[in-house]
Amino acid sequence: MDAEPKQNYLNADYGMLSWLLTKDHKRIAILYLVSISVMFALGGVFALLIRLELLTPGPDLMSSDMYNRTFTTHGIIMVFFFLIPSIPAVLGNFLIPLMIGARDLAFPRINLLSWYIYILGATTSMIAIMVSGIDTGWTFYTPYSTSSSTTAVVPVAVGVFITGFSSILTGLNFLVTIHRMRAPGLTWFRLPLFVWAHYATSIIMILGTPVVAITILLVGMERALHLGIFDPALGGDPLLFQHLFWFYSHPAVYIMILPPMGVISELVTAFTRKRIFGYSFVAISSLAIAFLGFLVWAHHMFVTGLSIYAALIFSFLSFFVAIPSAVKVFNWTATLYKGSVSFEAPMLYAMGFIGLFTIGGLTGLFLASLGTDVHLTDTYFIVAHFHYVMVGGAIMGYLGGIHFWWPKITGRMYPEVPARVAALLVFIGFNLTFFPQFVLGYLGMPRRYHFYVDEFQVLNVMSTAGASILGLGYLLPAFYLVWSLYKGPVAGPNPWRAYGLEWQTSSPPPTENFETTPVVTHEAYDYEAFDFEAVRPQEV
Amino acid sequence: MSSSVATAAHRGHQHPVAAEVHHHFHHQHQFDSAEQQYEASTLGMWIFLVTEIMFFGGVFTAYVQYRTAFPEGFGHASNHLDLTLGAFNTAVLIASSLTMALAVHASQLGKRGRLVMYLLLTMALGSVFLGVKAFEYAHKFHEHLVPGPHFQFPEPHARAAQIFFSLYFAMTGLHALHMVIGIGIMVVLTVQAARGRFGHNYHTPIEISGLYWHFVDIIWIFLFPLLYLIHRHV
Repeated sequence: MDAEPKQNYLNADYGMLSWLLTKDHKRIAILYLVSISVMFALGGVFALLIRLELLTPGPDLMSSDMYNRTFTTHGIIMVFFFLIPSIPAVLGNFLIPLMIGARDLAFPRINLLSWYIYILGATTSMIAIMVSGIDTGWTFYTPYSTSSSTTAVVPVAVGVFITGFSSILTGLNFLVTIHRMRAPGLTWFRLPLFVWAHYATSIIMILGTPVVAITILLVGMERALHLGIFDPALGGDPLLFQHLFWFYSHPAVYIMILPPMGVISELVTAFTRKRIFGYSFVAISSLAIAFLGFLVWAHHMFVTGLSIYAALIFSFLSFFVAIPSAVKVFNWTATLYKGSVSFEAPMLYAMGFIGLFTIGGLTGLFLASLGTDVHLTDTYFIVAHFHYVMVGGAIMGYLGGIHFWWPKITGRMYPEVPARVAALLVFIGFNLTFFPQFVLGYLGMPRRYHFYVDEFQVLNVMSTAGASILGLGYLLPAFYLVWSLYKGPVAGPNPWRAYGLEWQTSSPPPTENFETTPVVTHEAYDYEAFDFEAVRPQEV
Repeated sequence: MSSSVATAAHRGHQHPVAAEVHHHFHHQHQFDSAEQQYEASTLGMWIFLVTEIMFFGGVFTAYVQYRTAFPEGFGHASNHLDLTLGAFNTAVLIASSLTMALAVHASQLGKRGRLVMYLLLTMALGSVFLGVKAFEYAHKFHEHLVPGPHFQFPEPHARAAQIFFSLYFAMTGLHALHMVIGIGIMVVLTVQAARGRFGHNYHTPIEISGLYWHFVDIIWIFLFPLLYLIHRHV
């Protein structure tokens, strides 16, 4: 095994301050990794509390008020403080400059600023939640949030508002970096698909986030200054809030799912040792998802009394999003065909992603259909649907990516056996948690209540049992990944024999990423040529 | 290392554009050349302005929604805005955009004195705008036109008028906040300009701040007709 490089970004400088004032994109990625892991653990605790409460049909762990606060807190933490920053801020931050052969992002100081903004926003919301809680649901629907709720709506919303700017700055930084800082020879259609996915994500971040920012600001002003913008008692229109909110929050779903899609493209090619099937279709489908994602928001509002013609159009457009999503799934599957597939832990997560995302995506079509949506709205069906996309999709992709690039980030390999066990636990636990919820929802169990009829108990017990397995699956990596920092075998620059510029430099990389700026002469994922080069010396 | 990826000599540092730059200006380490840094900064500001358009887009959407719902009430409410002051402020702001453009021009030519003068002029005009705005706000307080418990407006348009003034304060308030930030940026730039930080080959901060200032100006160009002019005498 190769020795670790003497000089790398981790040992370039020492002490707390060298981390807190760093402008190195790789160190900022680590700062994000630590902070979002804390938020993930917190959000997970609230998820387990919800599942514990739902073990029995009656209220036994908490009051209705407390239950409202619990699911709201779970949603707000997971959506705004974990899922949205997860892959872009950690893996995107770390990998985009490496993948395009740059020394750093275009604006390193803004990158560090975005982390501080994130911390400020997260702290604001968390303090507000600890002091008085919030019970509006993560969607802050008016007029309840502006005129009825007695909880800390404004401080929590301010935290979300602040965090939005961190997202905007990250997107801005990525866009400029991808446009202006690619290595010589790295044309747009030679870019890794991970970079394409982040390009599309960044577009959504810069176009969508400001709209939710102004919406939250208006809610804050309405509550604090008694303006009448959304409150019907003052002539305002509560539906306007939902339009503005979902104009961001639906595309935000794609902020959460596009980056893991980029991760999956990297994993599937590396573990089948093949070129991706239909590179340009996969690349452009990311942009298509970003574009179409802005045209479908009102499918969250079919039962609000929206005009039937508007509903028809939004339903039609929602079906359209399925096309680029399916392009990706089919192309990954086609890439597997006749590949030399191997099932290391990252690939297990990738396979899990493909299956679970497909279920999550297809059940989305039930909700895009006007008729079935009326039956399924606000039931556990919808809870199961978006968890299949967010947890089965986004978190699977995130964990797959963390494992795949762990040797690049830390210079050490994680232990393979526990990692495969964890991946299996996550998959089994996940399905056991959320599949019964599809059935529950179809049978009519509403979301956001902690009472239910006795007939639903068996399925709820299954779901809670699954949640504990899932929790275990998430805890395991925390232990062995930390263990590998000290005891893991030294990884060397390219333990997966993977293609891509990030594997051409040492692990962990030096502060400036490359000794000399690379020049790219081949398209992405040219594994056939790559493997041929690798064996040639022996043959000759 | 795979032979599929060749390597080239380290780009930058010897780049011709970088070589002729002032002795006190070095492009940042992540860039290969001063030119690349300039292009990246400018693109960054344009993207930021796109987010600003979306940000204001939210309130403009709210405005359109309520203007359509309450056309009469909005017409009556907008009669209470002072057209003369609004028009005067529009002229002031357009003039400030001119002085800002002249400041950018001066910085490109490397004329330090003129740059400082135009920046000061731009700040002065911006302050005049904010002063007039503050006077208008105070007037609204006296007339009980600030939404909330003390809001008074003759029926039957009281509710629509309250929404109008909610939007008026939200939109002009956000715009004024952007102006305050712009003036703050210009204070820093003026100090730096006076110390000679900018020359004919380094003026990126002046240029991108100019973009920001023109953007704030354009927002007002939309606010003025929407709030002051449309259907005044319904």
